[in-house]
Amino acid sequence: MTKTTPTALADEKIDTERRRLLAAGGAVAVATGIILYGAGAGARPKGQPASSAQRWGMLIDTNADPSDWDTAISACKREQGWGGGNNPATDPQWIRKVSIKNKSTGAQATFPVMCQHCANPPCVDVCPTGASIKRADGIVLVDKHICIGCRYCMMACPYSARSFVHEPVHNQKPHMPRGMGTVESCTMCVHRVDAGLLPACVNALNKKGSKAIIFGDLNNPDSEISRAVSAHVTRRIREDLGVEPGVHYKGI
Amino acid sequence: MAGIDINTYKEVDGNGTDYLSLIGWLGVFAAAGVGAAFYMETQGHVVTGMSNQIVWGVPHVFAVFLIIAASGALNVASMSSVFGKNIYKPLGRLSAIMALSLLAGGLMVLVLDLGRPDRIDVAMLEQNFKSIFAWNIYLYSGFFVVVIVYLWMMMERRFNKYSKIAGTFAFIWRISLTTGTGSIFGFLMARPGYDAAIMAPLFIAMSFALGLAIKILFITSTYRVTERALGDKLLFQMRNLLGIFIAAALYFTVVQHLTNLYAAEHMGVERFILLDGGIYTMAFWLGQIVLGSLVPMVLLFHPAINRSCQSINAASMLVILGGLVQVYIIIVGGQAYPLEMFPGFEVSSTFFDGSVHSYTPSLPEIVLGLGGVATALLIMALAVKFLPILPLSLSDAAVGPANITTKEDE
Repeated sequence: MTKTTPTALADEKIDTERRRLLAAGGAVAVATGIILYGAGAGARPKGQPASSAQRWGMLIDTNADPSDWDTAISACKREQGWGGGNNPATDPQWIRKVSIKNKSTGAQATFPVMCQHCANPPCVDVCPTGASIKRADGIVLVDKHICIGCRYCMMACPYSARSFVHEPVHNQKPHMPRGMGTVESCTMCVHRVDAGLLPACVNALNKKGSKAIIFGDLNNPDSEISRAVSAHVTRRIREDLGVEPGVHYKGI
Repeated sequence: MAGIDINTYKEVDGNGTDYLSLIGWLGVFAAAGVGAAFYMETQGHVVTGMSNQIVWGVPHVFAVFLIIAASGALNVASMSSVFGKNIYKPLGRLSAIMALSLLAGGLMVLVLDLGRPDRIDVAMLEQNFKSIFAWNIYLYSGFFVVVIVYLWMMMERRFNKYSKIAGTFAFIWRISLTTGTGSIFGFLMARPGYDAAIMAPLFIAMSFALGLAIKILFITSTYRVTERALGDKLLFQMRNLLGIFIAAALYFTVVQHLTNLYAAEHMGVERFILLDGGIYTMAFWLGQIVLGSLVPMVLLFHPAINRSCQSINAASMLVILGGLVQVYIIIVGGQAYPLEMFPGFEVSSTFFDGSVHSYTPSLPEIVLGLGGVATALLIMALAVKFLPILPLSLSDAAVGPANITTKEDE
């Protein structure tokens, strides 16, 4: 199930970076994908609460093939049932491609930004009803049943990670109730993680042989993500704010 | 001893066609506000000008304006109860009613703009005490209780002796309330336009000016149409006070921007508001500073013109306009300037990262905001008809320390 299918490859633009990756370690990448799939998450038995023994996080390689980000975004849309609107200013975007350019050097990068799953999330602090929550394992969520749609969390989020549902929603997924008048954002695919699966974006990337996003338990020193963040200098967006995001970036 | 007592306050007649048509029009606007909110809730906020970038718009401008004006309106009552300025004592009841009305109008707008106003009970039952919004739920609902008790102490002769303590408590509460409102913005560390402790005192200074400006207009117009006497003594006292309050609000504005200008990290947002932010820059200099602050101060302080009721009314109107503009710049301008996710980088995305966000208020939003204003005015208009709120006379002879004796002074 983690093998890169010919169709997927045909759909994707194969650039130099991809060739290098596949040539150097395609088989290894696929194998690692399987390992991560099994050991990265681990299903949580029903009725057992999320535990602070885990700290789920992501590592995003900003030097990856830019087409990877389209793969990740499409997978997120498919999984969670958002997208497809015609109003760019009001349509929800749980994950988006952001391009940056250094004003003095001209260096550029493009990478995805979504909810950064902060350890000290401002959205949770400001939410009047407690609809914005952080689970013990670090995943930040909106409880759609008690969100009153005040949007204070959107004012507070340093990453513009949240969207307000401005229009009636259709074709909802059973695992992801959405509602007009409430706020939503990346859930780190909590429904999949709890079932021992990878988030949809990471899974889609692994399927095409890309390691552009690594998901895993930052508390587990043996996890792939822990080894990666200890081997490379990674950055988190606006680290100066002290919100301790769970999403790391390599290469910016 | 001649003194203002319960008998000198009298309901306005309110039987003429003018009064009834006023009530009718205010009712229409208030109902239109509710209708606009219903439209927004059924169609979704897509029918507003608000977006995922400008998440708070005109409804919030009106709501915040009314809420800070509410706390400021109470101030004239505090001036007599707390600070012993007896000249303001006849206005104590009106101040309390205005405070309640303005807060009701503001909260109406705030609640009706929610994505799920039907879940207001959730906001009452589920609370996150780390949220300044949750504190505000208590500060706002508590304000109603505190001010109603204060009003009761002022209106019930037997309890007049408690009006000082009730007034002091109400004064502390209103300072807390405005601090809470300012802190909604002050506590937002991610947005360069906010994130400053000065937001709380700035809002308090603004509230003094806005509340008093509304009060002056209400009194001068009410006393004109009811043909009750309004002497220069009280009017000029309020005029002087308004001038000082405008100066205080201006002072905090200057300190806010000077402090930001000193910090290199805030240069971007300051440049946006003060220099090249287009509509926001124009609104700041022309609306907030010139028309909202400097011109009213000239009208109130220049000896050649400051003795005319028209000047004082014009200044009050300009203060209200300037206050609305200032709240607009804070709320909308503060969001229009992009979040600085990557300082030093040019940023772009399909989510409009890095670009100045545009916002055009839609009709439903404006109608909702005006509906809140109409609701506040409607409550005031009904209160002065059904309750003995307004003194029969505010002539020079009727006001002033020598002529005001109440139980608690004896």
